[in-house]
Amino acid sequence: MQNRTVIPFGPQHPVLPEPIHFDLVLEDETVVEAIPSIGFIHRGLELLCRKKPYQDMVYIAERICGICSFIHGLGYSQGVEKIMEIPIPERALYLRVFWSELSRIHSHLLWLGLTADAAGFESLFNHCWRVREYILDVIEETAGGRVIFGVCKVGGVRRDVDNDTLKRILARLEEIEADYNTIADVFKKDYTMRHRFSGVGVLSKEDAYKLGAVGPTARGSDVAQDLRKLGYAVYDELDFEPVTESDGDCYARCLVRIREVNESFQLIRQAVEKIPGGAVDLKVKGFPEGEFFSRLEQPRGEVVYYVKGNGTKFLDRFRVRTPTFANIPALVQMLGGCDLADVPVIILSIDPCISCMER
Amino acid sequence: MAFIEKSPWIFHFDGSSCNGCDIEVLACLTPMYDVERFGVINTGNPKHSDIFLITGSINNQNKPVVEAIYNQMGDPKVVIAIGTCATSGHFFAECYNILGGVDTTIPVDVYIPGCAVRPEAIIDSVVQAMAILGEKRKKRKTNGGALPAEAGIKT
Ligand code: SF4
Repeated sequence: MQNRTVIPFGPQHPVLPEPIHFDLVLEDETVVEAIPSIGFIHRGLELLCRKKPYQDMVYIAERICGICSFIHGLGYSQGVEKIMEIPIPERALYLRVFWSELSRIHSHLLWLGLTADAAGFESLFNHCWRVREYILDVIEETAGGRVIFGVCKVGGVRRDVDNDTLKRILARLEEIEADYNTIADVFKKDYTMRHRFSGVGVLSKEDAYKLGAVGPTARGSDVAQDLRKLGYAVYDELDFEPVTESDGDCYARCLVRIREVNESFQLIRQAVEKIPGGAVDLKVKGFPEGEFFSRLEQPRGEVVYYVKGNGTKFLDRFRVRTPTFANIPALVQMLGGCDLADVPVIILSIDPCISCMER
Repeated sequence: MAFIEKSPWIFHFDGSSCNGCDIEVLACLTPMYDVERFGVINTGNPKHSDIFLITGSINNQNKPVVEAIYNQMGDPKVVIAIGTCATSGHFFAECYNILGGVDTTIPVDVYIPGCAVRPEAIIDSVVQAMAILGEKRKKRKTNGGALPAEAGIKT
């Protein structure tokens, strides 16, 4: 038997933007087992629901994660709205789709940049982040913040965006998409990227399904699961299909995200064309009583919100199951048998968001 | 800027931030905001670095990590607390697992509140930190090379 070595990886490591720790059990250069340990950024945020009124919890939910902040706020609001049976104005629902998709684009561009960086392609990283800045400008113009939007609330959205602005933004998004496509071509055609990611960290369709992988990690293994198909907000009135790839390796997951960005652009276009007039929020009276599971699609996959109210202004329970947590078993499976040098790339390929996962 | 005698290296650690401030720090390093024009560079190794950028608040789990990083950094060093989480703990201070801002664990030189902090503020803080670093270095020279009293923290 070869010698076994255990190498600690993290919590602070140059390729990890966030703290997570793995004990990598190695035989020579090959990883035989990866044992994750988490909890470095656990804050205990869910319990705050007993200290903060339920309307204020939206802003706390947004701060679970600064990358998919809007969708966190949306998940929470939806849960409370369903319990209280609030009929949300149509215009607000369309605006929610608008901001959700913008945040998906910015999240995917961020990930594409980090991936290029992990492959040592520094200039591509900078190009991805350059395009991301244009998206952030649109977000800032419509929502007011760059990464924390603060626009979602129980009963609708806090800001309206008038139709002229939306039209103007649509024209601008057109240019941004053209710019993005040139970058996407590099990912699709460049030999270096293809070579670095193909065949690395393969997850079979059965494993993806069995281990409960979600989001692009599952879709890269040909599991066509996209929670937007449930039709929350107004996704049921928009036309789109889950993006899937069949190879199940890091490159497939990369391609899924690349194509999803185009899909998001297209969803924004549809939403802006269909958006009706009217109010964007509703005065909310009373307190939630009852419970609801709200499921949404985040850039990283399915997020589940459990909200339980007891008829007072404080909630009883608030629980979040985030996509990164669901993807950890799949990640451990991918790491088994890989080369040590591929570990950072594989970890990155599930787009880990540790602050979501640990809250 | 006469205080730049050498190029300080930056080390970035995510305490328990929500990522919001983190990605703004990263955005600062891209050509759009480009803090590197001041001569700084981001490094993954605390032993090489002079400026410690920390986002997010301190909890029981990451406290020893933050202390270890701080102690590994060479003297003189400057700590920047980025975001309301790092300066005071934000509303997370009420969470059961949060001890508070970064200054509960290591000495902080520059505080920048904001949720999320804007890249412009981060750039400003780095420039301020460089001035403080220059001063610390000068003090050390007049000390005859002795380490300042704050080197290392009690654990
Ligand atoms: S200050 Fe705000 S944006 Fe920054 S880490 Fe804390 S919650 Fe996130």
